[in-house]
Amino acid sequence: MSGAVGREAVFPTRQSLGLMKNKLKGAEIGHSLLKRKSEALTKRFRDITRRIDEAKQKMGRVMQIAAFSLAEVSYAVGGDIGYQIQESAKQARFRVRAKQENVSGVLLPTFESYTQEGVNDFGLTGLGKGGQQIQRCRETYARAVETLVELASLQTAFLILDEVIKVVNRRVNAIEHVIIPRTENTIKYINSELDELDREEFYRLKKVSGKKQRDVAAADAEILAARQKKAEEQAANPKVPDATAIFVQEEEATDVLGEQEDNDVIF
Amino acid sequence: MAASAATYKERQFLAVIGDEDSVTGLLLAGIGHVTEPPESQRNFLVVDSKTETSEIERAFQNFTQERKDIAVLLINQHIAERIRHSVDTFADPFPAVLEIPSKDHPYDPEKDSVLKRVRRLFGE
Repeated sequence: MSGAVGREAVFPTRQSLGLMKNKLKGAEIGHSLLKRKSEALTKRFRDITRRIDEAKQKMGRVMQIAAFSLAEVSYAVGGDIGYQIQESAKQARFRVRAKQENVSGVLLPTFESYTQEGVNDFGLTGLGKGGQQIQRCRETYARAVETLVELASLQTAFLILDEVIKVVNRRVNAIEHVIIPRTENTIKYINSELDELDREEFYRLKKVSGKKQRDVAAADAEILAARQKKAEEQAANPKVPDATAIFVQEEEATDVLGEQEDNDVIF
Repeated sequence: MAASAATYKERQFLAVIGDEDSVTGLLLAGIGHVTEPPESQRNFLVVDSKTETSEIERAFQNFTQERKDIAVLLINQHIAERIRHSVDTFADPFPAVLEIPSKDHPYDPEKDSVLKRVRRLFGE
């Protein structure tokens, strides 16, 4: 994976170097924040899974007790009341309400059970006999359903957290293994490219100054040669100094104009 | 997954798919609800040995996909076994599908779709 990160398509300029450095800093901060979020969620997640396990065990027990109390009912009533109950069910008395809980920015819904007052579909059930058992059975089942609702909210939280943790971990990994290496690569690339430019510039300057030095040296040598020649001529033929002087000065004037101009008094 | 408030604010009922005893008991607790006359949809389904699997399947789809007022779906584990594929593939947070034991079939944590996921996450 890390081999294929590449780099971003930017021009290697100082400005984009600054941008990339900022980006890297941002990515590192984001990474550490997400990591912490993921840890907090995972902690919560483990807590929830443990509670789910417990609640499932508890549910097994509670449902057993409830089933037993229903058996008591059918014994007391002396017949099947299932049909009667199914037919008389009209309005839910036992309802749930969803609330939200915030765990590091993730909204987890929790169900809360409540009973709708004034609704009773089974007022006449067990009127003949077994009314007391039915009453007890209802209470038992109501408690059992409360356990079930609790379990349901744990389970919902479990599913949502599972999903969220996956997403967060994916982001953490993406930042850690793709974005940060790529930004680092880009910074490296920009740096090397800038260094290269620096070297090129330095070399160019060196070349230019070398050329200038060579030119100056050549000019110096020429002047020197001219002077020597003049000295020799003067030494050999001192009678006509003016003509040679004119000649030399003409020669020099073509080379280095400014310095020698004052000597042109002869004209 | 951002569970927006609208997706579950309306959900206030429980639904049951179960054998007669479980449904009776849960109805006694007061979870039974029948919608207004034109459709008169019940939020419970009694399953016995004669009930077709396709009917269970349809009720399951109805409670999980179509109806938006159900917060928790309770289903007997031995019935969930019959439509195991649908139960296992249903992964939305709402409604919460809960497998419950029945009188004749004790609860087996190994088969529960959520507990299976829990186990898998802990690598057991």
